[in-house]
Amino acid sequence: MTSTALNLNYLQAKKGIFSWIFSVDHKRIGLLYLYSLITFFLVGATLGVLMRLELLNPGKDLFEAQTYNQIFTMHGVIMIFLFIIPSIPAVFGNFFLPIMLGTDDVSFPRLNLLSWWIYIIGAIMALSTLLFGDGPADTGWTFYAPYSVKTGTNVTMSVLAAFVLGFSSILTGLNFIVTIHRLKTPGMTFLKMPLFAWALYATSWIQLLATPIIGITLLMIVAERVFGVGLFDPSIGGDPILYQHLFWIYSHPAVYIMALPAFGIISELLPTFSNRTIFGYKAIAFSSLAIAFVGYFVWGHHMFTSGMSGPARIIYSIMTFLVAIPTAIKVFNWVATLYKGSIDVQPPLLYALGFIFQFMIGGLSGLVLGALATDIHLHDTYFVVGHFHYVMFGGTGFAFFGALHYWYPKIWGRMYNKLVANIAFFILFIGFNMLYFPMMIAGLMGMPRRYYDYLPEFHLPNMISTFGSWVLAIGLLLMLGNLIAGFRRKREKIARNPWGTGITLEWQTLSPPPVANFDRMPVLPKDGPYDYDHKPEIKE
Amino acid sequence: MEHTSAFSLPNSGHNRDAEASKMGMWLFLFTELLLFGGLFIVYMVYRSLNPESFLLASFELDVAMGTFNTVVLLVSSMTIAMSITAIQTGNAKKSIFLLYTTLGLAIVFLIVKYFEWSAKIHHGLFPGFEVYDNLPPGESLFFFLYFFMTGLHALHIIIGGIIISVVIYRTKKGLVNKEKYTLTENAGLYWHLVDLIWIYLFPLFYLIH
Repeated sequence: MTSTALNLNYLQAKKGIFSWIFSVDHKRIGLLYLYSLITFFLVGATLGVLMRLELLNPGKDLFEAQTYNQIFTMHGVIMIFLFIIPSIPAVFGNFFLPIMLGTDDVSFPRLNLLSWWIYIIGAIMALSTLLFGDGPADTGWTFYAPYSVKTGTNVTMSVLAAFVLGFSSILTGLNFIVTIHRLKTPGMTFLKMPLFAWALYATSWIQLLATPIIGITLLMIVAERVFGVGLFDPSIGGDPILYQHLFWIYSHPAVYIMALPAFGIISELLPTFSNRTIFGYKAIAFSSLAIAFVGYFVWGHHMFTSGMSGPARIIYSIMTFLVAIPTAIKVFNWVATLYKGSIDVQPPLLYALGFIFQFMIGGLSGLVLGALATDIHLHDTYFVVGHFHYVMFGGTGFAFFGALHYWYPKIWGRMYNKLVANIAFFILFIGFNMLYFPMMIAGLMGMPRRYYDYLPEFHLPNMISTFGSWVLAIGLLLMLGNLIAGFRRKREKIARNPWGTGITLEWQTLSPPPVANFDRMPVLPKDGPYDYDHKPEIKE
Repeated sequence: MEHTSAFSLPNSGHNRDAEASKMGMWLFLFTELLLFGGLFIVYMVYRSLNPESFLLASFELDVAMGTFNTVVLLVSSMTIAMSITAIQTGNAKKSIFLLYTTLGLAIVFLIVKYFEWSAKIHHGLFPGFEVYDNLPPGESLFFFLYFFMTGLHALHIIIGGIIISVVIYRTKKGLVNKEKYTLTENAGLYWHLVDLIWIYLFPLFYLIH
């Protein structure tokens, strides 16, 4: 073995496109996911900006009502199934879970590659509806029956795409569970795992136990469209409410597939930039499992106005309030972690703070919707759209960007311009709140969601919202541009622990890591993963 | 995969780990149960909404053929379990023979299913036929769920057959042997699941009166 071979990192080890798309290295697969996800995210974001443009003024601005319906459906399908469900687990989970556990790969490396390929096939199927068939679906991403079995648009292909993407999600979850059980480095127990691994563990169980239900439900939609059987269409004996139940049995837990990994990211960012141990390690770890568990029994709160018995509604409402408890436990522990820490305000921390602020608004507005009396008023209004985007984009999206800034030096061995990153954050933060907060107000005023047109009294909030979408778009482009520009910056040697205060195992290896992840045996801190009093010394 | 570094970690994802493979299989079986679980919910809801039509329609099914197929699958579950014991004790030849028997029983199951299905289709009890389209909604739902659920199950039988063929091939090549028989075990687990689901499908469609 030559000395040059020893020095090669995972990015240099092999060259050529095939060494990437057929790689079984979890780090390369993580990056494959990252590049595909960002591409689809930009497509989805463009559709979102177009929707806002149409809603700038009442009446027709740009396109017809039917086109608008197809655009918001496509926006939802892309953002939910192609971006936010895989986002953090598929990118950062794949890249960092094995490193944080002190091993060299996931348990089933080839299955991991297969899951990316399935994801790409699903993505191609979803996007093909733009070009082929009778146009993209116009049902909304929920594919509610009976409209989804009657409309002439290409629902069949969109639904099959979501079915295929589900397999990818299941395989990733299965792989992570086995990896966490089998491949922790000697000395690392469950209660000495980093909190990101805990969050992924809870997420993986949901992926595994909820996704099959949506898979079979979507197949039934396809069967109904192909054979014309009344599974969900009431005019031929079906029950549309049953579809809603089956859909939300998956899709509500799926909300936690989207949110829990983000909680894990925040639990990593805060100790590093407060330079102190996490407050309430066990509380944060177990609250992830509690959210995953209780999250199974709350799906009915999406259907308070669909027709359900009084007692059922009350039970679903109580269960919904129960989810708020473990979530609040996390938020309090995060804030307590910052207390008396020596805080180093770096770009990733800004995203974490932005996350906490926006997620609180999103979470608390969720309680407004979980309460029966207020939900009757707010159901299917823009308040729901605002709430959902606060949780998903203001929460998970910002955590994703925070993770990207946090692990950037580790993944690529480069550094971005921190000043520009900070400016981009503030533009994003302002744009985000300008875009989505007025939606909540419009919703309180009674503006229904998914409408192409609106009454003149809703003009002001819609105008502010559309202006906000432009600010947000500028912030996004600046942020991504800055990250891409970081690749071109003059190469400086990035230290193993570039933030100086990272404590989990990925900061003990080279930046970027070698193919086998570690060049020497990683050392665990004495008392748990965030033991800043006995921090292992890291020699270059 | 060859590592370029002289140092190697104690736990590696590229190591052979029989425990991990079996754990992965069990997790996968969970997802399969839930896949059918969704259909069981649909069946339950529509049965409770249309009890009479479901009962009437269920008389159309051939209990004798269903019973025969149940016995076939139960026996095949036994033969695959025996083939695992055979390979554990190092008797590859016997293991291969028992796997062939399982495969044969799977094919018998599919042939019987083919005759059952074609009899129903012959009577016009399939979407698109006049007889079917004039059935009351409850009965047409019953037949559709019958085709959908047993069809999905038959698909699993076919996949199981392919898996068993792979096991036979690898056992013949000596890749599955007394030391490394996780593949046979996993194929067995999958086959038991296919059997288990039929154990629920059979009474739901053929027997409940």
